[in-house]
Formats: sequence, structure tokens, C-alpha cells
Amino acid sequence: MNNDQIKEKVLKWFPDAEIPAEAGQFLNVIVTPEILHPLAEKLRYDKETHFDYLFCLSGVDWVSNLMVVYHLTSTNLGHEIVLKVKIADRENPEVDTVCDLWKTAEFHEREVYDLFGVKFKNHPDLRRILLEDDWEGFPMRKDYTDEANIVEL
Amino acid sequence: MSTEQTVLGNETQEYFINMGPQHPSTHGVLRLLLTLDGEIIRKVEPHMGYIHRSIEKMCEKDSYQQIVHLTDRMDYLSCHINNEAVCLTVEMGLQLEIPERVKVIRTIISELTRLASHQLWWGVMGMDLGAITGFLYGFRDRELITDIFEETCGARLTMNYNVPGGLMFDIHPNFQKRTKEFLAYFKKKLPEYEELLTGNVIFEERTKGIGYISKEDVISYGVTGPSGRGSGFACDIRKLHPYSAYDRVEFKEILYNEGDSYARYMVRMDEMKESMHIIDQLIDNIPEGDYKAKTKAVIKLPAGEYYQRVETARGELGVYIISDNKKSPYRVKFRSPGFSNLSALDTMAKGCKIADLVAMMSTLDLVIPDIDR
Amino acid sequence: MILLNFSIYDFSDFINSIDTWLVETFSPTIGHLIGLVLVGTCFLLFTALLGLSLVYIERKVCAFFQQRLGPMRVGPFGTAQTIADIIKLIFKESLITKQSDKFLFNLAAFVIMMAPFIVLSAIPFAKGLQALDMDIGLFFIISVSSIGVTGILLAGWSSNNKYSLIGAMRSGAQIVSYELSVAISLMTIVILTGSLQLSEIIASQSNGWWIFKGNIPAIIAFVIYIIASTAETNRGPFDMAEAESEITAGFHTEYSGIKFAYFFLAEYVNFFIISAVGATVFFGGWMPLHIGDATFFNNAMDFIPPIIWFFGKVAVIMYFLMWFKWTFPRLRIDQLLTLEWKYLLPISIVNLLLMSIVALKGWHW
Repeated sequence: MNNDQIKEKVLKWFPDAEIPAEAGQFLNVIVTPEILHPLAEKLRYDKETHFDYLFCLSGVDWVSNLMVVYHLTSTNLGHEIVLKVKIADRENPEVDTVCDLWKTAEFHEREVYDLFGVKFKNHPDLRRILLEDDWEGFPMRKDYTDEANIVEL
Repeated sequence: MSTEQTVLGNETQEYFINMGPQHPSTHGVLRLLLTLDGEIIRKVEPHMGYIHRSIEKMCEKDSYQQIVHLTDRMDYLSCHINNEAVCLTVEMGLQLEIPERVKVIRTIISELTRLASHQLWWGVMGMDLGAITGFLYGFRDRELITDIFEETCGARLTMNYNVPGGLMFDIHPNFQKRTKEFLAYFKKKLPEYEELLTGNVIFEERTKGIGYISKEDVISYGVTGPSGRGSGFACDIRKLHPYSAYDRVEFKEILYNEGDSYARYMVRMDEMKESMHIIDQLIDNIPEGDYKAKTKAVIKLPAGEYYQRVETARGELGVYIISDNKKSPYRVKFRSPGFSNLSALDTMAKGCKIADLVAMMSTLDLVIPDIDR
Repeated sequence: MILLNFSIYDFSDFINSIDTWLVETFSPTIGHLIGLVLVGTCFLLFTALLGLSLVYIERKVCAFFQQRLGPMRVGPFGTAQTIADIIKLIFKESLITKQSDKFLFNLAAFVIMMAPFIVLSAIPFAKGLQALDMDIGLFFIISVSSIGVTGILLAGWSSNNKYSLIGAMRSGAQIVSYELSVAISLMTIVILTGSLQLSEIIASQSNGWWIFKGNIPAIIAFVIYIIASTAETNRGPFDMAEAESEITAGFHTEYSGIKFAYFFLAEYVNFFIISAVGATVFFGGWMPLHIGDATFFNNAMDFIPPIIWFFGKVAVIMYFLMWFKWTFPRLRIDQLLTLEWKYLLPISIVNLLLMSIVALKGWHW
């Protein structure tokens, strides 16, 4: 499927999904936390899309909101898509886990939780992964300041 | 209660072992929390982060030229490929036209790096299984590659040979000659590797059927590189999304379908041959020209998102740069192969013995700084 | 007056003359006591020398297989390296973990040294150079050498370390299993000699070694003996008990300094013992190479002193064992036990029967 077909399909499933018009490297789909999991599930199991390989999962802090970015590809069909979920609530960011769809998400979501503080609902084992368990704050957020260990470059 | 317990009719107690952070076979500071029943592994829980240096956070303060240097310290065994990944991403953002000469040289050095990495892996694999001699053999031959690197760019391990736009300087006049000498030498030595381990009865007993992981699981866990290809997952980025000079060379993507430790071992052994084949095709055809495209002293990427995938010796490395048109990136994410590969360890190791776990970790070829970043 | 009848070919006169002198100079009781102390001191010195030289040799041989030079810095060709190592080990702090059973922890290091030390006394080094020549010599060696496993189990248990415990359990299972094969393969030759006394066994090989005379069963027995005894001494490729890539150092993980040196020394003395017993039973011990009644050849061979024959044979067997160690990967513990119980033990029992038939029918030479 080419990008236009996928776009059509996604909009048919979830008309709320926001798809920026400018042509980037990948097809971007921006969604709210509520429809992330249903959309991901459809993309994963639909025979025509079949996005079975989550090759990157990253968190981004856009100051006004937090974002989790899912880079997906299909191993047999070869097309790619980028799912982005916008989380407006910075104090208590929550989004459904996609561990049940792609097992690799388990570690990557723990990393996003560790560094950005996004809580993944239904995650089997949501703990800090890279930092110590008693670390305070979420270092990759733009508003994070670490008075004790500050290194200004 | 498991079957063994019911057969014996007595209660056994599960216990925990901390394998690492100081342990000879975790090859660095990885801690595995093992739940054991006797010697049988019930659960493996990796604890990482002991060598986390927040490279991604540091990148947000650095210029694009500086980021390249940080990537050496992730997967230090495929440092050149890591550098290349960042450079390719930046070049993609700048829409720079890279001289052909640069592409070819980058490809040759990438493959030499892959060879060196696999040689070291082979030695360590033998050592983890108790055949220490192989380790020395691997190092002996790897030394010759690092000598070539040293002559060309002055460094043996963390090379920093790439800069956005090209290479730091041109190759050494001896480069082609020495590389060809090395290839001729190593083509004779590779069968020695095979003799020492591959056909050995004990080795086969220790690896065949051990650490099985299915193709579905491999894709789901995002296990890439030789570890993924051992389960039949065609994930070679060099084939899927050719970069540098990989579109003009002919090579096979090594695939094995067994999904056990032995298959992962064989993928790497065969990959060494393919790497030599790639270098063979390019070494005499390095085009003349500049070794660097002109770039501004301060690189500012146009606002946007750039994602570049490359194939390191361990698997797929993704560099995700978000730029807001400043001199340092807004956000950098490294999708490191080791991180995803490690996540599959629990699935592989269930029901195996401690000794098998060591063999399995060897065939995953983990580099801890790559996992922790 | 002391009369020294020293001969490199036969030590019995020399030993007897010392004994006579001691008994005549002092009273018989004190004389014998002094004799015992002398013998003990000799063995202590021998063990220390053996440990020193074997560590050096092993490192050099290993380096040879690995295409490097090995120790080269201390002394000419690195010969003083092991002395430097020993000095380092002696001066190192002897650490004891807090929660360990301190008495057993210390005891283990001595128990593990004791077994090979006692066994050494029954080894015939040359003609007349043997401390204990009992009529149950071989039986004595087999039974005493298994005391060592107690030391390993004690060390693993008292260290209060899970790696140590796993190592000790592995080692216990392994040594107890492989002892069977070792004993049975040695018994195969005892059928031919008709005696367990080591001097008798050697004497029976004065017209050729059993490995040549004993027909095919002797060769099978030797192969089994080499495999099983390597496993019994926890040497590679059967070094499951201290598989450093799996369980760090196994039962001696928590030992440091001189106590660690004891474990190390015990391992090398055991290594020497299995080679010595192998050489004695299958290759005639100090007996020179004789071919039946070929008098001229036999006399020529007799010209080489027995002590050189003995250490030469031991060295050759050791070299092969080192070769195995530095070439093969390690087996897994369940594969190791499978090898013993499913293959080696049945084969050695059948081989024992085969040898009885050979002995009955007189098919050997």
C-alpha cells in the first residue's frame, strides 16, 4: 500500500486522526491517547496494513505537550508509518501500552517512562530502566534541571 | 509445580542469582537477575543502566559535528557505522550531495569494522563456551584491521573518521594495499576458525537447539542483525534501504531459519565472508574526487524530523533527529540494536541452563554501552 | 658411619642405607620417626616444586597453543614468574566473607590439599623410590583421591555464595560419577596383573607395557581412563565446577591469597597424580620400554634412568591433557553426566568383561 491508501484507510477507521499534509520522510499520523491503542491494533492486525515491526519508539518533549513516536514498518509489505500520540497533560501523562502488540515496546516504553515520565497503562512491569529506581524527575524533559550534577556544555 | 518436581515428588525452592554487574560473561556492566530452579532458568530479568551516560541528552547541547563523536561510545565495536549513521542523517537534512569517493570509502571501512567486530565476537563466543584459545586467534586477526584503521585515521577503536559531509581526511596511500593484504591473509585464516569451533562435537551440542526463538517473536521483539537473521527475519538494512555504496555491490543476505544459537553463530560466520566479498568489489574501484563535501562551519538542519537506519555489526541502528533549525538538535534518539536484542533474552532462556544462557548471550553479541547509551 | 650407595638406577639401597644409619645412630623408634619427618618434608618440597613448575609449564604450553609467548618478563624466559605469583599470593589479604562458616571455610582449603598429598605417597617415582608400597596400592589411590571432593563441597557450602554452591554441587556430581569409570578402567588392567600392588603392576610390565600387551581392551580402558580422570580433576573441557564464564570461579570464588593457592596447588597435584597413575598402570611407570626378549634393545633402554622414564611418560600424558584443555569448549553439566552414565560407564563395564575373556583365553601378550 502506498501512503495515500494508508492515509485513506486510517481516516476511514478514525476520522479524528490528524495527518499533516506536508510530505516528510514518512507518513505521519497524530492521534490522541484514547485512540492510540485501537488504531495501533488495527494497523498491526489488518491484513492490508500488517505493521508487524515496531522499529523505534521514542518520547519527545514539545514543552506544550509530550509526544510518543512509534515508527512502524511491515516486514512483508515494506511500507512504513509514524504514529505520534500527543499527550497534553504534562503532570500526569498517560497512554495505553502497545506491549501486547509489539513485545519490543516493553523495554522502549520503560525507557520513555524513565526519561520522560509518560505512564503506560497496562504495562506489565513499568519501572525505571536506565536510571536508578530512586531518581527524582525525568531528565529528558526540557524543564528538567539537575542542580547537583549540572554540566553546561 | 513443574514436571521435574512432580516426578521427584519433593518440593524444590526457586532462588535468585545476580549475574553481574561484575561477571566474566556479561562482557561489561549488565546485571541479569536470574530466577533458578537448581540450574534451570525460570526467568531472566535484565537490569541495565550501569553505564548510562545520557548520550541523547548530551546531544541536545552539542553541535552536529560533536554528536558524531559521542556515537563512538555507544557500540564501540561498530563505531564507524555509528558515526556514519549520524552523518547520513545530517546529510539527509542538509540535502547534501556526497562525493562518490566518500561513499565507497565509508562502505569499505564499515565492512572492515563489521569484520573486526565479528572476529572479536567469535573469540569471545569461544571463551564463553570455555575454549579460550579462540579468543587469542580472534584478537590476532582483529589487530591487523585496527592497524589499517590506525594508519588511515590515527585511532584504533573510536575512530571518528566521519564528519557530516564526508570524511575527516583522505585515506592513507597504503590503505588499499594493506586492505588487500589483509583480505588475502584472512581468507586463509577463516577456515581455521571453522575448524576450531564450528565442527566440534561439544560446540554443536552446546549450541544446536539451544536458545530457540521463533521468527514471529524475533520481529515482535525487534531483534535485528545477525541475531534476527538467525531466525529467518530478513532485516538487513543494507538490502532493505541501501545507503552509501551498498546499492552498487553484490552480496547475499545471510538467512538461517533454525533460530537457535548455532544459527546465529553461522550467520555471523557467513557474514564475514560476505563482508570480504563486498570489500573485494570496492577496494580497486575507489573513485577519484574530494573526500568531503563543503559544509558550513556551523551546521543548522532545517526544522523537521529525520530518521536514518543503518546496519551495524549488531543490527539495526536508527538515528532519529528532530531539528528546530538551531545549531544543536531539538531531540536525538538512538534506536540501538543491543537494547532490543536484549529484550528477547528472557524468551530465549526459559527452561535452559546457566551454561546455555552464557552461550545465548554470546550469540546475541551484546555490547553494554550500546544498550545503556 | 653413613654409607651412601647412591645409584640413579635403583634407589632402594640408598634409601635403606639412610634408614640403617638413622636406626643405628638413634634408637629404632626415634630413627623411624626422623625418617617419617624426612619423607614428609621431601613430599612437601616436591609438592611445592611440582606446583611451581606445572603452573609455569601450563602457561607456556597454553601460550604455545594460542600463538603467544606466555610469561617472559620475570627471570629468563619467565621462569621466575610463578615464584613471583606465589609471593604475591602469600602477601595477599586472606579474605573471609562475613556470613560464611569460618571453620569449614578454613578447613576446606586443608582437606582439599590433604587428598592429593596422601596419594602422592603411594606413587612409585623410580625403582625403590616409593613411600608406601602397599598390596592394595591402586585401591588406596582410588579411594583416597576421592577425599578431595569433600573439600570442594565444604568450600562451596561454607562460602555462603550461590555461585560457589552451584560449582560445588556440579563438582560433587561430576567427581562421584566419574570415579566409577576411572576405577573400572584401572581394574581392567588389574585383571592382567593379578595384583593391586603398584610395584607388582610395574614389574609385570618388564617385558612390555600393558597398553601394548593388553590387546584392544587395554587401549579402550586407557581412552576411558584419560577422559574420566580429566573429568575427575575438574580440568577443561570438563571444568564445570569452576567454569569462569558461567559461575565466576565456582567453589573457590570467595577464596583469596594463600588459601586460593592451596586450591590451585591441589588442582595441579591432582593433575600430576592422574598422569602418574595413568603412566604407571598403562605405560609401565618407571619401567623402560622393553620388547619381550629383545635383550640388546632392552639393555639399551635400561641405560636411561627409570626416574627419567617416569617423568617423561607423565610429561607426555600431561601435554595431551593440556592440549585438550586449551582446544575444546566446555561441556554442559547435564551433557557431562549423560556422557558418564550413558556412555563411559556401560562401555567400561563391557570392556571389563572383554578383558576377563582376553585374560582367560590368554589373548594378550
